[in-house]
Amino acid sequence: MTVRRPLLGRLRRYPSAVAGLVVILFLVGMAIYTVIAIPYSQVLQDWRAGEHWRMNPANAGPVWTDRLFGGNAPPTLTISSDAANVEAAGFEGGRQVRIPLTFDFAYDDFPSELTLFLGVRGTDRPAFVEATWHRPDGSEMRLGAHRISADDRIAISQDRALEGRLGRVPHIGLFATDPGTTARPDVLQGTYRLTLDAVLFDEEATLDAALVAFGRVHGIAGTDHLRRDLMVALLWGTPVALAFGILAAVGTTVTTLVIAAAGVWFGGLIDAAIQRLTEVTMILPILPVLVMVGTLYSTSIWLMLGVVIALGIFSASIKMYRAMLLPIRNAPYIEAARAYGASDARIVLRYMIPRILPVLIPGFVTLIPTYVFLEASLAVLGLGDPVLPTWGKILNDAQMQGALYNGFYYWVVAPAALLMLTGLGFALFGFALDRIFNPRLRSA
Amino acid sequence: MVNLPQEPAQGQAGPDMRQAYLFGIFVARRLVALVITVMIGVYLTIVVANMGGQVDELRLIQIRADVAEEVRGDPGISPAERQAFIDQRVALEIDRLNLDQPFIWRSFDYLRRAMLLDLGRAEQMHSDHGSRQVNRIIVERLPATLLLFGTANLLVFFVSILAALALSRRYGSAIDRAVVALAPTSAAPGWFYGIFLILIFAFVIPIAPPGGMVAVPPPEDPLSYALSVLRHMALPVLAIFISSIFVSIYSWRTFFLIHSSEDYVEMARAKGLPERMIERRYILRPTLPPIITSFLLMLIGLWSGAIILEQVFNWPGLGTLLFQAIGHRDTPVIIGGVVIFAYLLALTVFLLDFLYALLDPRVRINPGGVGR
Repeated sequence: MTVRRPLLGRLRRYPSAVAGLVVILFLVGMAIYTVIAIPYSQVLQDWRAGEHWRMNPANAGPVWTDRLFGGNAPPTLTISSDAANVEAAGFEGGRQVRIPLTFDFAYDDFPSELTLFLGVRGTDRPAFVEATWHRPDGSEMRLGAHRISADDRIAISQDRALEGRLGRVPHIGLFATDPGTTARPDVLQGTYRLTLDAVLFDEEATLDAALVAFGRVHGIAGTDHLRRDLMVALLWGTPVALAFGILAAVGTTVTTLVIAAAGVWFGGLIDAAIQRLTEVTMILPILPVLVMVGTLYSTSIWLMLGVVIALGIFSASIKMYRAMLLPIRNAPYIEAARAYGASDARIVLRYMIPRILPVLIPGFVTLIPTYVFLEASLAVLGLGDPVLPTWGKILNDAQMQGALYNGFYYWVVAPAALLMLTGLGFALFGFALDRIFNPRLRSA
Repeated sequence: MVNLPQEPAQGQAGPDMRQAYLFGIFVARRLVALVITVMIGVYLTIVVANMGGQVDELRLIQIRADVAEEVRGDPGISPAERQAFIDQRVALEIDRLNLDQPFIWRSFDYLRRAMLLDLGRAEQMHSDHGSRQVNRIIVERLPATLLLFGTANLLVFFVSILAALALSRRYGSAIDRAVVALAPTSAAPGWFYGIFLILIFAFVIPIAPPGGMVAVPPPEDPLSYALSVLRHMALPVLAIFISSIFVSIYSWRTFFLIHSSEDYVEMARAKGLPERMIERRYILRPTLPPIITSFLLMLIGLWSGAIILEQVFNWPGLGTLLFQAIGHRDTPVIIGGVVIFAYLLALTVFLLDFLYALLDPRVRINPGGVGR
């Protein structure tokens, strides 16, 4: 307690320390919120399942960046038959249904895709559906007839025949002011209607219909090529990154410190063995070894963590710790401890290590982002965890899909910004701690 | 450390021959130690790569599947004949890859060949000249890596030392404080800045190519070829530079600050020696060993960073090779890459020892005393 108080007080005098601490606390808060809001098992399932995201647009940017730059791109519009004014008339052995799906379209950009989701309820027999497109200028267009089974979708955007008639892709042609000619058409704003005329072959049968005009923007973070909401991955990347960074930093620093202290204390053969092992580990390149393990065994993030720690145990910092600990070995207070009969373990753990701990804490804090970036590096190499969404995996997906080349900047910028924020947060804090714990640096 | 004053005196008293002899002994000892270290490291790599023979098992399944796939389309032979044919082909393949011997024997064989840099044949990949030899493939990529990282590291090293010297002279100034404030930006590795540099300078303001090493097709005459390489190098070098320059300047500045308050420097100042001379003779000269150490340690760190930076910039070096090998699951190339990296690191460590011994006489005379 007596130590902590002045430390906090001194920290307050460094704005960078305060900023770093605020960032770290923000990230920790975000991680805790994520783990509670989206449970681990759910995120695993969601991130894998394609069907879960079928109502999302593919490669849509964030809403707020679009609005920030003065854009007015459409979000995803879902027009369901639940709210529509359904007219029905029965006939012998069936029903005739007319569903008008009406919606206002007042955006400056075309939808990215147009799909009709249909479901026939109450019968096993397929239904016939004919769709007609009514535009705000009064013109109308028949979109063709379809035979619909229990659950079906009609991808209007991929209707080649319709594309031929319109002269361009349907989701643009159906919304364009002048069907056909110009290279860059304008959006015709106003009220559109899609009328579905269906024949159902059962008197009790009903038809569920939903017209989805997939947008160009989606949510806070946008979506990827598989329609997945990037927000889920950005959020879940936080606890994963923090856990990986902190566990790896703790794992390597603590074990290394204990081994270095034991080597210095016992000396002789043990010390020599530790030194030689350190030299062997020094020449083992961490990233290539991780790449090898990832390729040959598993890319599970926990295995990677294990390998990082295993390679970090006898890392080069043993040499540094050893140099720091050697003078302490003969300090009078250690001699006093020996005189009263303290065990070897007690001397190493309670007398030697605590002595150099303050000097190491700043280094420890700045080590965390290194490992966060290491995890991202592995993911960028395509060796990310197979199931968990992480920041590095988003970057990898983005790179694989040529996000920069296609202009999906948000896909790269968001995870990169979070990585940078994490890096800066810990580094700012660590550097400030360094100046507090090592007074010789405090000259500036 | 305590008996230091006598030792250099003793060294100076001896003839030059003795000096050279001691130095030779020292270098030889370090070399032997390092070869043994590399051997253990490489052997560990081999064991990890083939832990419990799992990889052999995988490769066996792979071979079986490949052969079966090749033979499947063949009409007109009976199932029994086909099976016999498959077995025969699999046996041949196993023989070709030496999979029939126990791992422990093969591991020593692997080790011997790895130490001699005979890294075997790649399974899928080949060099640009069409060779399947792993060491050919690697040697072909090495110059590109050396060019990129050599340039970037030397640049970072000299710029940071010079800037740090200048800053330590007027610490507390606005520039000095800016550098201290910017130091945390080095938390992100080079490839990370690379992504943004590509975004800005290749797409938003297209003034540099987004990747690759030369223009396609490569220019004919050497001068424009070199210019093209330079143009392609600009962004990756800049990425490495940005990611390490500030923390480098920061740590050197601190280092020089501490050393410029030593008594002998104060003494030199009191004598009225010019500032330049003080810097060169009283600050730089005695601090040279740690400077060299940190330079080589930085090299060690950057060897691994290379993989992703090259990948991001599509630079045809060792890193990209390793990345491609991951894609092909080409085990010999991956293991070969690790072995080569281990050799490069070992070489760096050896160079470190060697330079250290040249610069710091204490190391030569008492090899165990003044450690790294």
